Amino acid sequence: MTVESTAAHKPRRSAGGKAGATGTERTTRTTARKSAEPELVQLLTPEGKRVKNSRNAEYAKYAADVTPEELRGLYRDMVLTRRFDAEATALQRQGELGLWASLLGQEAAQIGSGRALRDDDYVFPTYREHGVAWCRGVDPANLLGMFRGVNNGGWDPNSNNFHLYTIVIGSQTLHATGYAMGVAKDGADSAVIAYFGDGASSQGDVAESFTFSAVYNAPVVFFCQNNQWAISEPTEKQTRVPLYQRAQGYGFPGVRVDGNDVLACLAVTKWALERARNGEGPTLVEAYTYRMGAHTTSDDPTKYRADEEREAWEAKDPILRLRRHLEASNHTDEGFFAELEAESEALGRRVREAVRAMPDPDHFAIFENVYADGHALVDEERAQFAAYQASFVDEDGGK
Amino acid sequence: MAETATTKNLALAKAINESLRRALDADPKVLIMGEDVGKLGGVFRVTDGLQKDFGESRVIDTPLAESGIVGTAIGLALRGYRPVVEIQFDGFVFPAYDQIVTQLAKMHARSLGKVKLPVVVRIPYGGGIGAVEHHSESPEALFAHVSGLKIVSPSNPSDAYWMMQQAIQSDDPVIFFEPKRRYWDKGEVNTEAIPGPLHKAKVVREGTDLTLVAYGPMVKLCQEVAAAAAEEGRNLEVLDLRSVSPLDFDSIQASVEKTRRLVVVHEAPVFFGSGAEIAARITERCFYHLEAPVLRVGGYHAPYPPARLEEEYLPGLDRVLDAVDRALAY
Repeated sequence: MTVESTAAHKPRRSAGGKAGATGTERTTRTTARKSAEPELVQLLTPEGKRVKNSRNAEYAKYAADVTPEELRGLYRDMVLTRRFDAEATALQRQGELGLWASLLGQEAAQIGSGRALRDDDYVFPTYREHGVAWCRGVDPANLLGMFRGVNNGGWDPNSNNFHLYTIVIGSQTLHATGYAMGVAKDGADSAVIAYFGDGASSQGDVAESFTFSAVYNAPVVFFCQNNQWAISEPTEKQTRVPLYQRAQGYGFPGVRVDGNDVLACLAVTKWALERARNGEGPTLVEAYTYRMGAHTTSDDPTKYRADEEREAWEAKDPILRLRRHLEASNHTDEGFFAELEAESEALGRRVREAVRAMPDPDHFAIFENVYADGHALVDEERAQFAAYQASFVDEDGGK
Repeated sequence: MAETATTKNLALAKAINESLRRALDADPKVLIMGEDVGKLGGVFRVTDGLQKDFGESRVIDTPLAESGIVGTAIGLALRGYRPVVEIQFDGFVFPAYDQIVTQLAKMHARSLGKVKLPVVVRIPYGGGIGAVEHHSESPEALFAHVSGLKIVSPSNPSDAYWMMQQAIQSDDPVIFFEPKRRYWDKGEVNTEAIPGPLHKAKVVREGTDLTLVAYGPMVKLCQEVAAAAAEEGRNLEVLDLRSVSPLDFDSIQASVEKTRRLVVVHEAPVFFGSGAEIAARITERCFYHLEAPVLRVGGYHAPYPPARLEEEYLPGLDRVLDAVDRALAY
């Protein structure tokens, strides 16, 4: 069992408020960020070169048998997910969606972890897991219903073992833990994965899910995508220690993986899932990554973060990294990229058309499924609503 | 009535215990979860002996984390289990309020009916036992305001037994408020009876002059009030609501159309309480039948007081009789 060493890492210093931040404090924060990076489990450098070192040895074997075809598959997944995400962002800008939470920059964390899962595993996402949804076979267009405002979910969680997006931060980690407790009771060897972000790590529910999962040895993997920003608040406003180290206090391993390295995310997640299946209990995976865009289309990252920061992360782009590797390894030819480009455009077109074709829900949907067994008040109010609606029809000459 | 093979004289807490035992026996998917529910049998011993007979995987002692209890129960329900969770005391439910309101109540609707959450949240509630702060509250209105939840409260052992069976069998989340000051009151429980609908009110005393409406701990008080009023020649009807959401307005209306006067009694603060909802709707439904405004007797808009003051805060015989007098004076 590997728990990344804590000895080398010093707690980060708070960057302080903007007005009061001195040059010294800024330097401290930059230093802290740099010192955090060497702890990453990485299999592929930003230049696309395979890495072999003592830190990744335990995990590397989980990606050792990845075939060129599978590598191309991971690349395709990331490209198509990014294309879908870009289309959704554009649709929001065009007024077709009320809101969009972009995953730009987090493709490797999501595709790597998502492709590590088995069909019988169960996923509890937050609201940004479009890439994981893609891996689970959820139609991307279905993800857009709630953002368009035609429903609050839009897919059957049990069709793809992919739970509904959860908006309240961190709530789903407890659902995942409870579900995993049930998996263990059933004697099944499937595993559960809960996605959440660095901001959610501050929530009590996440702490409680760590407690419950450890106490009951639940087969759950906590997959934290530390994308550095919780809307406008940096990770330093959430924690004084690297997030993966939180796991130690609960008695299970935590590991930080390069979240822009799809191979490392695949390998580390497979390792964590195997632990869960073997009855070894929960694991915390911190995928160290970066949200390239805004938190959602409602905020403006230029107000709270520096251009240089984004530029530094652009150099670590997850898709570019795998492309370099594929090209250097002669695993692809130009035809592959051209076909994928055409496929991307087709996906964007299909999503665009699907969104625009989405009908508004029936008015009576307000009253549907409030209760499984019905409720007298809902019945009464539905009847009142129907009478009110009918009154308009009458005034209109019965049309 | 002597005990028979199917009829037992049980305290309310024991009736719930036997009901839970029956549910655990009948369905391997039923689980009991909560703080101290295992070895101790709960702080009120409602789950006494269940872990011994059904094991730690069915009767689960949890960490002291209410949000965690409800949140993991949601996950277990998603996996096909039917968890019955215990919140130790009314005032401790608030750490779980977020999970109950934003998750438990809404998931069926969000999934367009694909997901069912048959979770029962048991909450011993109300005052009158001389407890310390946060141990005597009546937060039912805070839950009744939330769509997606059902809220019930038995007033006697028989209802406690059968309503628990029905709550566990319900595919909707049910908040089960247990009147802790009545835990030790005994009554007949027929374990072979066919229970009436869970959300139907029951006339527990017929009368003609005024209707007293109550649920949970206040039903017994209202029966005492009716007995005292009878000595003064007043014939009061007492209605046990049993369910706070849905609320059986038809039964209240039928009673009020007969008696023409209504007094609602509950322990919770009157302001924005269930009495306010009842008064408003009954005024709408029975405007021409009413001889007096609907009056409410309940707690004040103040924190639940220290135990030495709770008798002043809680509705008692005289306060309810006073309201009855005022209603009859119109």
